[in-house]
Amino acid sequence: MPKDQSIKSVLIIGSGPIIIGQAAEFDYSGSQAARSLKEEGIEVTLINSNPATIMTDKVTADNIYLLPLEPASIVQILKEHQIDAVLPSMGGQTALNLAIKCQEQGIWEEYGVKMIGVDTNAIEITEDRELFRQKMAEIGIPMAPSKTAKSFLEGKEVAQEFGLPLVIRPSFTLGGSGGSVVYDKEDLESALQRGLQASPIHEVMIDKAVIGWKEYELELLRDRNGNVVIICSIENFDPMGIHTGDSITVAPAMTLSDTTFQKMRNMAIKMIRSIGNFAGGCNVQFSVSNDEKEEIIAIEINPRVSRSSALASKATGYPIAKIASKLALGYMLDELKNPVTGNTSAMFEPTLDYVIVKIPRWNFDKFKGANRRLGFQMKSVGEAMGIGRSFQEALQKACQSLEIGRNGLGADGKELTDQNVILDSLKHPGWDRLFHIYDAFKLGISFSTIHKSTLIDPWFLRQIQELVELEGEIVQYTLDNIPEGLLREAKKKGYADRQIAHLLRCLESQVYEKRNKLGIKRVFKQVDTCAAEFPAETPYYYSTFEEENESVQSGREKVIILGSGPNRIGQGIEFDYSCVHGVLAAKECGYETIMINCNPETVSTDFTTADKLYFEPVFWEHIYDIILHEKPIGVIVQLGGQTALKLAEKLDKYGIKIIGTSYHALDLAEDRGRFSSLLKENEVPYPKFGSVKSAEAAVKMSRELGFPLLVRPSYVLGGQSMKIVINEEELEQHVVNILHQMPGNEILIDNFLSGAIEAEADAICDGEDVYIIGIMEHIEPAGIHSGDSYAVLPPFNLGDLILTQIEEITKKVALALNTVGLINIQFAIKDDVVYVIEANPRASRTVPFIAKAYQEPYVNYATKVMLGHKKVKDFDFKPVKKGYAIKVPVFSFDKFHEVSKELGPEMKSTGEAIHFIDNLKDEYFHKIYGERNLYLSR
Amino acid sequence: MNKAIVLLEDGTIFYGKAEGPAMTSVGEICFTTGMTGYQEVFTDPSYFNQIVVATNTHIGNYGIHRDESQSGSVKIAGFVCRNFNEQHSRVRESESLPDFFRREGILAVSEVDTRKLVRHIREKGAMNALISSEDKPLEELKAILAKAPSMKGMGLASEVSTQKMYTLGDENRAYRIAVLDLGVKRNILDSLLKYDAYVGVFPHNASLEEIAAWKPDGILISNGPGDPEPLHEQAELVKKLIDQEMPTFGICLGHQLISLSQGLETFKMFNGHRGINHPVKNLLTGRCEVTSQNHGFAVSRESAEKNGSVEITHIHLNDDTIAGLRLRNKPVFSVQYHPEASPGPNDSEYLFEQFFELIRENKAKKPGGKVEESAER
Repeated sequence: MPKDQSIKSVLIIGSGPIIIGQAAEFDYSGSQAARSLKEEGIEVTLINSNPATIMTDKVTADNIYLLPLEPASIVQILKEHQIDAVLPSMGGQTALNLAIKCQEQGIWEEYGVKMIGVDTNAIEITEDRELFRQKMAEIGIPMAPSKTAKSFLEGKEVAQEFGLPLVIRPSFTLGGSGGSVVYDKEDLESALQRGLQASPIHEVMIDKAVIGWKEYELELLRDRNGNVVIICSIENFDPMGIHTGDSITVAPAMTLSDTTFQKMRNMAIKMIRSIGNFAGGCNVQFSVSNDEKEEIIAIEINPRVSRSSALASKATGYPIAKIASKLALGYMLDELKNPVTGNTSAMFEPTLDYVIVKIPRWNFDKFKGANRRLGFQMKSVGEAMGIGRSFQEALQKACQSLEIGRNGLGADGKELTDQNVILDSLKHPGWDRLFHIYDAFKLGISFSTIHKSTLIDPWFLRQIQELVELEGEIVQYTLDNIPEGLLREAKKKGYADRQIAHLLRCLESQVYEKRNKLGIKRVFKQVDTCAAEFPAETPYYYSTFEEENESVQSGREKVIILGSGPNRIGQGIEFDYSCVHGVLAAKECGYETIMINCNPETVSTDFTTADKLYFEPVFWEHIYDIILHEKPIGVIVQLGGQTALKLAEKLDKYGIKIIGTSYHALDLAEDRGRFSSLLKENEVPYPKFGSVKSAEAAVKMSRELGFPLLVRPSYVLGGQSMKIVINEEELEQHVVNILHQMPGNEILIDNFLSGAIEAEADAICDGEDVYIIGIMEHIEPAGIHSGDSYAVLPPFNLGDLILTQIEEITKKVALALNTVGLINIQFAIKDDVVYVIEANPRASRTVPFIAKAYQEPYVNYATKVMLGHKKVKDFDFKPVKKGYAIKVPVFSFDKFHEVSKELGPEMKSTGEAIHFIDNLKDEYFHKIYGERNLYLSR
Repeated sequence: MNKAIVLLEDGTIFYGKAEGPAMTSVGEICFTTGMTGYQEVFTDPSYFNQIVVATNTHIGNYGIHRDESQSGSVKIAGFVCRNFNEQHSRVRESESLPDFFRREGILAVSEVDTRKLVRHIREKGAMNALISSEDKPLEELKAILAKAPSMKGMGLASEVSTQKMYTLGDENRAYRIAVLDLGVKRNILDSLLKYDAYVGVFPHNASLEEIAAWKPDGILISNGPGDPEPLHEQAELVKKLIDQEMPTFGICLGHQLISLSQGLETFKMFNGHRGINHPVKNLLTGRCEVTSQNHGFAVSRESAEKNGSVEITHIHLNDDTIAGLRLRNKPVFSVQYHPEASPGPNDSEYLFEQFFELIRENKAKKPGGKVEESAER
């Protein structure tokens, strides 16, 4: 049964703006799906309101609609295009919900559109807890005991029967609001009351919480014929009780016997076959009792591509979204080939000869007052994945990928030593529990206490304990007398040279030199889906310390593009968009492109993006070894956000060519003092400022500058710790806070231009000519971080005089900084004077937005300029300028009820949408313009 | 750390860490790609005389459990892996992997770049190898290895088969199944016992008369190690059983013997199939199954296609080799893979059902042959 020939044109629905729980992984799945369908000669139409995505790019789809994800937009598309089928399973819950809404309104039927890749019945069963429970009972799949209660008394009876802990969920409320986990007897009554009150029908569902049971996920693919393969088994390091998106996860499953795993596999297949008939991807979650019974219960099933399937794809090499799209077209698994090996069957269960560890990345520092305890509600904003030939190596590499100022797990002198704090953290998991487990072992807290407090499987705990023991051994030596075997073991277990240097009390470079002399060198192995059973055509690579190196250096001219690491607030999917375009542009220039990144959610880590992918931490040591191996002509750092940019200094120091704007220019722009001198020389106005290193100096400075003042540490991202202060007391307090968090950091104090209008410009510069790709005006007055403000392209109420000034200054500054590539400049406009607030000679958050709005490939152009293949004047710029495009910030405050929605100079939004309007009479524009002061904190 | 060596027939050497006693052992080196089920592999008689390399990086995480062995002892000649875990976390009554290896007197070599080793075998094909944790000169080890016979032409069933016939289950059950034990895995027997069956396990050298005298309703020709070609006697026996219209089900080596008995040919594969992720298509139903496989020899597809009495029913989707067949005019079918799993997926369990269905059909043809299944099932 080959593909359905009646399908010639498919609509893919995207997932909209990035929010917690629905992030970049859907750009990965959506763009993979689009390419997969195009391979089949199908015309692909895409709708997504998120402009910072590769899926909504000309390189991906034939027709692109950057419209709100609403039925009206769908109708508009269907009127303009002959669409045969819609594929809603690639855009998360958002896409599914929209598809169902359209179905209910009869839109698909009216336009003769088939829904493929999903079964609405299946969605209904899996979304409705009660229906799901009934279905599972019908097919004999056990679940956690659960009962409904309609009264307080009934609820107490159920609690008596099940025992604590319990999960209480009010019936018929959205998104689990009013629900809670009850650990302690004292909390039961209030939780019951709250739940019953929250429910419109005065009813709660009470589940026995299997807290502490082991948690697993299986990623499945299924075709029309009912054939099923398990692509990946994933084990949660954190036991039940923490949302899987917030759990550290490991693949393959580490602590399951074949007997128990096969039982789970059988259950998953039975479940997927019972909920309806659909072809595509599916995720099933299980829990296994941590006793001798090894009892398995089903938690939930998601009949669509998910965050976990993106992780499973990157963990195994098997492109789930790509194959799922083909299955949706009607292909059978046995009719398709495994794209990695090229000649074995897609009807195949990948096998791993390495371990992957995924660690979520949280941003609690952005949500002051947020409850930091992890639980059933996902709170992380991104993730990093480490690959190694052992769990320990993968764990260390994942920790090195996080960019949280640590060099890995342990061995950096940052451990906690307060026993009570550690014990509390073990019992009440926050984002840093992993680090505290390490600290606990180091402090000598007993294995059994750690196990009892965390309920983490002893196998994992023992692995961490072994690392602590190894650290204890290393610290007894110095660089000169450390035995070769011990050094090798440390490297094999994932320790960075920096960590070892800390333990041996020497320099990172000395460890590097010593281990190279001893022949302890990084080699690169393939991710090939099959544990080397077959040769692979399109593998990707990870490093380890073993004998054989499989990464063959091609001899072609190469360019390395550094990725942006785990997503976080202030550095999200926009930077991955730029990296992907940088790769494609460098390919067009004839270079072999090499991508280095560790973020499993992204398109940049899709093995089809760059010629060669190293799935590695964007961490100096790893990058340097790859550079030494590949010998590129240079490295592109200006596309991967702050992550890539901050490596420029070391690259420069080691004599490695930075493509585009030089390190010195990058550094000059960051250095407020030197940058201001540059502005002064060029007669460009800037707010009065000063830089200080103590609270005392700050107060002194404030007398010179006058209040209000904008206070921030230098060299930070997304306005971290940036605050507006109005008096000396506040100033002193904030400076002390910053110095506590970042000792020794320089602090910048700017005269805050209260009530000023903010604008920003992005430009491409080749060192001689400057082309301004777009100027955006913020709707809110100064004081709100540019990432959090509504912004309009082009400006809606700046006079010609101001615009001319902005243009002139942009050109002047770009040239003065010797920019080669992209530059973003932020302005404040007050009393007809244009002040420069800052300049960033790199791809900014707004570049993808402007590229989408004006329909021009600016990152592609900028990359060709960086590479010296083109000059600015070589391009024929033809922006499509029609009306205005509004950048709409999107927040995830619903995940942090306790956090105030106040906005300020510290960025808090997780995503953005694009909204086109024809003119300024538009109602939407008037609404947001009218509310521009609503959330302003100062 | 106790050093150990892995020496391949072509002279390639790997060094690692010795786990287990000081000893030297020789066998054919092969790799298995399963991510679970190491204990089942160690105790599978089909792995007899083989040095097994695990591609999965962590071995031993969940210990060893009495119920999961596929025979009474470890059958592999030796084991090579990346990380050999001393500690395990299983709560079920179990022992650690190192204890198990010490108790069974088997050598494992860990800390080996197993991926390099696997890539080497993949390119060079199956070959003999030696592992040693003894401090012997390389030349001496090479001499020992040189004396080891090739797996091709080696009949090994006699080494792992039961010596005496024995029975399992209750004599009063509905079906009497005779198993020709060429190295049978425990779960094949357990799978039969799940049905209403009384099982008689016969040694490799059983005669037609002995088996016939037991009055079986069906015959299962088991899996087992080595080259099927030298097993002339067994092939002859299988031919006679088939000629008697006996419902027959062959698994792995049993499948190869059924093929040989019908005049088909077998050959030694460049690299065998060993793992629990092998895709097979059932040509009769169009459905696919993920299967557990462990074989270094296979039935020639050419010889099967030429033979009019044989129908290919299953193919391996990665290389189109024969994964199953049936005889056109006899109640006989066989598969190259392991429907009993252990380790591996249970997708092919239906083949046991199919076997009993075949027996029922066959019985129904005979006078008074309708089966009364006992209630206990």
